[in-house]
Amino acid sequence: MIPELGHFAVVLALLLAAAQGFFGIVGPQRGRVAWMNAAHSAAIGQWVFLSLAFGCLIYAFVQFDFSVRYVAGHSNSLLPTFYRVAASWGGHEGSLLFWALVLATWTAVLAAFSRAVPLAFKSRVIGVLGLVSIGFLTFMLFTSNPFARLVPAAVDGNDLNPLLQDPALAIHPPMLYVGYVGFAMAFAFACATLIEGRTDTLWAKWARPWTLVAWLFLGIGITLGSWWAYYELGWGGYWFWDPVENASFMPWLIGTALIHSLAVTEKRGLFKSWTLLLAISAFSLSLLGTFLVRSGVLVSVHAFATDPARGLYILAFLVAVIGGALALYTWRAPMMKSESGFELASREAFLLFNNALLVGATLLILLGTLYPLFLDALSLGKISVGPPYFNVAFMIPMVPLVLLMSIGMHSVWKRSRLGPVRNKLLVLLGVAVAAAVALMLFNYGEFHWMGLVGFTISIWLIASALVEPIAKWGQWRTLPAGFWGMVIAHLGVGMFTLGVTGVESYRIERDISMGVGETVTLQGYNFRFEGTRMVQGPNYEAIEADIAISREDGKVFTTLRPQKRFYASGGNPMTEAGIHVNYARDLFVALGEDLGQGRWSMRVQYKPLLRYIWLGALFMALGGLVAAADRRYRVRASAKDTVPAGAGEAAR
Amino acid sequence: MTPRRKRMLAVAAIVIGVGAATTVALQALNENLLYFYSPSQIMAGEAPGERSFRLGGLVTTGSVQRSPGSMEVRFTVTDHAQTIPVSYTGLLPDLFREGQGVVARGKLLDDGTFVAEEVLAKHDENYMPPEVAESLHQPPPAAGGAS
Repeated sequence: MIPELGHFAVVLALLLAAAQGFFGIVGPQRGRVAWMNAAHSAAIGQWVFLSLAFGCLIYAFVQFDFSVRYVAGHSNSLLPTFYRVAASWGGHEGSLLFWALVLATWTAVLAAFSRAVPLAFKSRVIGVLGLVSIGFLTFMLFTSNPFARLVPAAVDGNDLNPLLQDPALAIHPPMLYVGYVGFAMAFAFACATLIEGRTDTLWAKWARPWTLVAWLFLGIGITLGSWWAYYELGWGGYWFWDPVENASFMPWLIGTALIHSLAVTEKRGLFKSWTLLLAISAFSLSLLGTFLVRSGVLVSVHAFATDPARGLYILAFLVAVIGGALALYTWRAPMMKSESGFELASREAFLLFNNALLVGATLLILLGTLYPLFLDALSLGKISVGPPYFNVAFMIPMVPLVLLMSIGMHSVWKRSRLGPVRNKLLVLLGVAVAAAVALMLFNYGEFHWMGLVGFTISIWLIASALVEPIAKWGQWRTLPAGFWGMVIAHLGVGMFTLGVTGVESYRIERDISMGVGETVTLQGYNFRFEGTRMVQGPNYEAIEADIAISREDGKVFTTLRPQKRFYASGGNPMTEAGIHVNYARDLFVALGEDLGQGRWSMRVQYKPLLRYIWLGALFMALGGLVAAADRRYRVRASAKDTVPAGAGEAAR
Repeated sequence: MTPRRKRMLAVAAIVIGVGAATTVALQALNENLLYFYSPSQIMAGEAPGERSFRLGGLVTTGSVQRSPGSMEVRFTVTDHAQTIPVSYTGLLPDLFREGQGVVARGKLLDDGTFVAEEVLAKHDENYMPPEVAESLHQPPPAAGGAS
């Protein structure tokens, strides 16, 4: 009964989404306030019904209702309650319902709380979001209904994929979805601007906080996924350039370009049509990511069970959304003219470089991700593009980007003038080179060209980001939140670059065979294999190894306990790595298999500065949060904003 | 320098920079393309001798051998029509199992052995790499076609 209630709630939500789309877009065209208000109510109603539906799905999981196909496929009677709740978004059908719920939540928050945006514009935004929601809800109802029954009911479920039974991975998808769907907000703001024919740049101000929040959630989601892959997959890598990883990374890169270009559009009225195009692209890439993950066209570690009908539907949806938005764009974008110019070393120019480099990086990743698809579609052979391509291709735009960031942060609008900061930056650059060389020679004992470049640009960026905060330390309260957000996020980029450089230049990875009592030494750390034992977990049993780690003095400072887990639901064993962390490095041990004669295969790794990659990514997200909290985004709409310039003739 | 001259120089520098970057990127792409071959294609002599490529198929049941205490493991990969011997030194993924799909990256030696540098197994119980699934269907499977 409860699952049918959930199903019915989704159908009602679909009807409300249709009403929301119609009244939201047609209401403002006809100037009917009642219709616009109806769109707002429909948005909130849609949220209520989707919450109800999602509640029904969680209830089915908590109650072990194995007569629901999705529940039977993704949980079993031994699965702990936390993971049963997490399983509701752990598979294809449930995650779609979650997507739709997140979209409805974003819309409802806009409808209920946003006072900065005038009514007509807001209802257009809500209307566009309603159309997007129709796409997702029909997809769910016709190809992937999470409430479909299983006849006869299963006695017990299949279990949630053990790889997904992990706290970081339980919250990784929701974070990603909040980010992906958040770009629908930027998309809807852009479409509403085009529909309304606004030539002013207020929309950029309205869209900025929403875009920042979407961007920061996507960043956190990607970071969690990377962290999880590192400790759970047993490879000791943090990024694989897997197509599905790329699918989440590309919208993030375009989103990064978008938050910067929105700043130029808002402050200086430049890049107007470019910013609109970026807003459309960020969401299009999010949808493309969904298509790649769900249709099974790509070989990937993130395999959802595949179904051609789903792939076809998403492809059609993708074409409709991108095609519609681009048609709207080509119709209206010529109206968006930017008048003022700027000089070569002004802030506008630096942000232009930022955009060009980020878009370039995205295109190179897109090329590597889609190239195999093209060749396959043309029957030119089956290929894959190896990670070394992505490493090279990503580094090409990133080195100049980080380099220019150090200078660009101190540039001013309109004119080429760095002023007294210029000498400070030159001194800091010298310090950074010296520090990089010292770090390589005295700490790692080996010179590396890429290490020199990477350490120099990251240390310089960190130092450069701190120049202004230190100079203005006494009056920090007077500086806007946007400034602090920028400083924090750019510090994050510096840390991230530092981490990547350290790991890629100085990591040591060994796959070896070890007998009890044997020792292997990596970069001054002795790993001694003490033996194995059996341990019992809630729904698995495991073989656990003891690896004692000591330095030159021979004193054991920690014992790592990597595990090989065997889940009660059967299936393959799972690796649980043993990791020791400090500020300078990670020590990583994964247990392989019993080789016979008391020997085990082991993966032993030394990863310098690894944590700064994730710490840097979290700083970027924190910077986004601080910037989004800026007080100026919370001002009420004033009377002059309500009547957009040029809307009169456009509406008729 | 006049502003006009300055601008021209800047544009030229950007064009050269973008050109160089594109060249390097495309070359990296070309060097890192990995072709995929099934055991039948390799037996037909389609696979390159020098270059790395990916081999995909099923791990033949009962073929996995390991001399006790050694990291080296030998097994064969089959597409139900042909079989290729594979040698690999390192940790096998958790999902590696006899009778299941596998994709290995490596080179073919003159004696017909495939030396793998990396072995990937499917990440999901119900999942098979599409290339493997497809290559299994190309020659009508002799072994009942249960895959």
